[in-house]
Amino acid sequence: MNLLWLQSGGCGGCTMSLLCHDSHDLVAMLRDAGINLLWHPALSEQTGAETVALLDACARGDTPVDLLCIEGAMLRGPQGTGRFHMLAGTGRPMIAWVKDLAARARYTLAIGSCAAWGGITAGGMNPAEACGLQYDGETRGGLLGADYRSVAGWPVINVAGCPTHPAWVVETLLGLTLGELDPDGLDALGRPRFYADHLVHHGCSRNEFYEFKASAEKASDLGCLMENLGCMGTQAHADCNVRPWNGGGSCITGGYACIACTEPGFEEPGHPFATTPKVAGIPTGLPSDMPKAWFVALAALSKSATPKRVRDNARVDHPVVAPALRKARPK
Amino acid sequence: MTRLIVGPFNRVEGDLEVTLDVQDGRVAAAHVNSPLFRGFEQILLGKDPRDALVFVPRICGICSVSQSAAAARALGDAMGLVPPPNGELAANLILANENLADHFTHFYLFFMADFARDAYAGRPWFDAARARFKAVEGAATADALPARAAFLQILGILAGKWPHSLTLQPGGSARGLGASEKIRVHALLRQFRGWLERQLFGDSLEAIAALDSIAALEAWKATRAPAASDFRLFLEIADALALDRLGRATDRFLSYGNYPLAGSPLFARGVWHAPSATLAPVAHTDVAEDASHAWMADPHALHPWQGDTRVDIERAGAYSWCKAPRLNGEVAECGALARQVVDGHPLIRELVAASGGNVANRVIARLLEFARVVPAMENWIRAIEPGEAFCHQGPMPDEAQGVGLVEAARGALGHWLVIRQGRIANYQVVAPTTWNFSPRDAAGTPGALEQALVGTPVGEGEAVPLAVQHVVRAFDPCMVCTVH
Repeated sequence: MNLLWLQSGGCGGCTMSLLCHDSHDLVAMLRDAGINLLWHPALSEQTGAETVALLDACARGDTPVDLLCIEGAMLRGPQGTGRFHMLAGTGRPMIAWVKDLAARARYTLAIGSCAAWGGITAGGMNPAEACGLQYDGETRGGLLGADYRSVAGWPVINVAGCPTHPAWVVETLLGLTLGELDPDGLDALGRPRFYADHLVHHGCSRNEFYEFKASAEKASDLGCLMENLGCMGTQAHADCNVRPWNGGGSCITGGYACIACTEPGFEEPGHPFATTPKVAGIPTGLPSDMPKAWFVALAALSKSATPKRVRDNARVDHPVVAPALRKARPK
Repeated sequence: MTRLIVGPFNRVEGDLEVTLDVQDGRVAAAHVNSPLFRGFEQILLGKDPRDALVFVPRICGICSVSQSAAAARALGDAMGLVPPPNGELAANLILANENLADHFTHFYLFFMADFARDAYAGRPWFDAARARFKAVEGAATADALPARAAFLQILGILAGKWPHSLTLQPGGSARGLGASEKIRVHALLRQFRGWLERQLFGDSLEAIAALDSIAALEAWKATRAPAASDFRLFLEIADALALDRLGRATDRFLSYGNYPLAGSPLFARGVWHAPSATLAPVAHTDVAEDASHAWMADPHALHPWQGDTRVDIERAGAYSWCKAPRLNGEVAECGALARQVVDGHPLIRELVAASGGNVANRVIARLLEFARVVPAMENWIRAIEPGEAFCHQGPMPDEAQGVGLVEAARGALGHWLVIRQGRIANYQVVAPTTWNFSPRDAAGTPGALEQALVGTPVGEGEAVPLAVQHVVRAFDPCMVCTVH
C-alpha cells in the first residue's frame, strides 16, 4: 500500500512522536507490512520540484494513494482563501491539495487532533480559520464535509491526540494493511476504538489518591489532580496510562493534569487548564458514566476514610509516609 | 537571470519555500518565504497567563520543550519566581535532552541524506555515504531511530512524554525525582553516550570536546580512515566539497546562553562579531522585530513587548509570514555555531576566524555539543537531591511583564509576555529560525539565510540545486517555530 504523508496547520509533533515508536526499526516494520512510503516531509529524499511532480501524479490518479495521512489542521483563512498555508513551490493552498488527494485516497487518516478537529490551532479566536478534515471542533463537517467517504467507503479515521501516540498510528496503519480494522473498529467520532474505548483514568498511577479524593493542591504534589488541578482523565478517551509514553511516562506521571487532548474542542475548556472548575466546591466535570449524586456521596465518604499516609503524601513531591508493614502475610 | 522557486523544502521542520535568482551559475539573490501562518500570538490574547504553558509547546513538535522552557521563564520573570536547585537541574536535563535529540534528528535524518543522492555517485566517499545515509533506506535510519527513541525515554521519566509536556513550571519542575528515576536517567544517558562514542565519533566524548584547534582536528582526522565514524565521514565529505566555503552569512553570532546553574550558565551569553573577534553583551531590549516584508498590518520595528501580529495579506512588498528580528538594527545568526563561538570553545573560535559561519562549521559545532552536553547531563542527574524541593510556588500578578530567553537546539529563543488585569495582553515569540530565515528589513537588508545563499553554485539544469540544500539544511531550520 502506498502511503503519502502531508503536514499543514500543526506543529509536526505527531511525526516527532511517531519517530519515538519503540519498535527496533520503524521504517522496516512498515515496509514489512507492505507499506511503501511515497513521501514523508521528515524522511524522504525528494524535495522541491521532485515532490511536486510526485504530488501531481497522486492528484491525477496516476500514482495510487492507499493511505493518505494528514497531520495538522486545515487552514481556511483568511476569508476562506486558504492562503494561510500555500503549499511551498506550488502556489496553491494546502486545503486545495488535500481535497484533491482525499478524493483519490483509499483511506484518509487524520494524524493528531489538529487534523481531526482543528485542535490547538483552532484555539482562541481561531485566527487561521482552522478545522479538521471531517470535523470543525465537535461539529461534523470540516474541510471534506460530513458525507465524505474515502475510496474504500470509510469516513476519515481520526487518530486524535496532541500529540498522537506513536503506537496508535502504527496500529492503525498495520490494522488497515492486515485487514484487522474495520469501520466498526472506529468510535462515533471516527477514532480507533482500540485506544478510544479506554479512559485516561484506566491504569492511572495516582489511583489510590483518586479513591480517597486525596488531592494535589499545587504543581509537583503527588495527589490526585482531578479536584484542584484540572485533570480530565476520568472523561478523556485514551489509553495513555495503560500504554505509556516514551518508555514509561504519561502526563500524570510527569506531574500534570490530563487536558483531554484526544477530544474535540479540548483547546478551549472554558477555564484555565490547570484549574478545576467547581460549583459550590464540587467539580463540574465529573467522571463519565457516573450519576452526580453518587459521585458526591462517594467522594464525601472516601474523604472521611482517607488513611493518614495517603493524605500526607498527596501534598508533597515525594512520599513521606511508606505503606505500613503487615504483621501477617497479605490475604 | 533565471528564477527558481524551490519548495516544498522537506527534511526541515515545517513548510519552506526559497526563491532564487540565478546568474552565471550562482545565486545572485534569495528570498525566503515561510508559507504557513497559524497565529499563536493572537490565540494567546486574553487567556490566563498559565495557559501559555499548554499552548506554546504546541507551536512546535520538535522544539516543544524549548518553547515550554521559554514560557516558564517568562512567567517566572513576571511572577518573581526562581526555581530551587533541583528544579533548575531538572529543567536543564529536560531542555538538553530535547536539544541533543534535535541535533541527532538533524544529522541522521535531515542533513546527511543529501550526500547520498545519486548526483554524487562516483565520488570516493559516495558508497560509504550512500550505505549509511540514504534517505529511508540507509543503515543510519535503522540505527539512529531506536537510539533516538531510547534517548527520549529520559523525557518519559522527567517530563511524562515528548513532545508537549507540562512539567516545566515557572517555579521549577512538577515532577519530583527519587533515586530510582536518577538511576534510570543516568543509565539511559550512559547508553546514549555509548552509541555516540561507537557510531558518531569513534572516540570518547571527552576526546572530541578536547579538540582545541584546527591542527588538533586535522591530526584527529589524519589518524582515522574516512568511514571510521559518522563524524569522520562528514569531515571527509566537507573537505571534498569545500563545505567551509559554502553558506557564509553575516558573521555576527547571537547566543542567549544556556543551562543556568546557580546564576552561571554552562554556555555563556553574548554576541560575537567575527570580523573584529570581539564579544559584546546582549540584553533583551536590543531586540526588535521589523515587519516591512511580512504580511503584517504594522510594518514598524517594535520591541516584542510592543509587538503586533495582526495580518495584512495584501501588503505590498511582503513575501513571508516571518517578521525580521534585528539586534540593535543588525542581522544576527544563531544556533550551535553561535553558541559555541560565543562561549569561546577554542576550536570553534579558530574555525570561525578562519572561514566564518558556513555549512561545515555549523555542523561541526552542532556535533561538538554532544561531546560537551552529555557529560554535563551526567553531572546534573547525579546532583539532584531527592527529598529537596523541585518547584517553588507563587501568585500570578494582575499587572506584569516578563521575558524568557533560552537556547533551543537551533539557537536564540525569546518569549515576551505582558499581563494586564490578570490576562495575557501581549505574547510575542522570536524563535531561532525567525532570526536565521528572516526576510529583508525596512533597509532592504536580507536575513541570514538570504545572505548565506548568495554565491551558492547552481548546476546547469538543476531544479533543486544540491548546494542550496546543503546551505539551507545546515541551519537546521524549524519553520513552524519561525512564524508560529
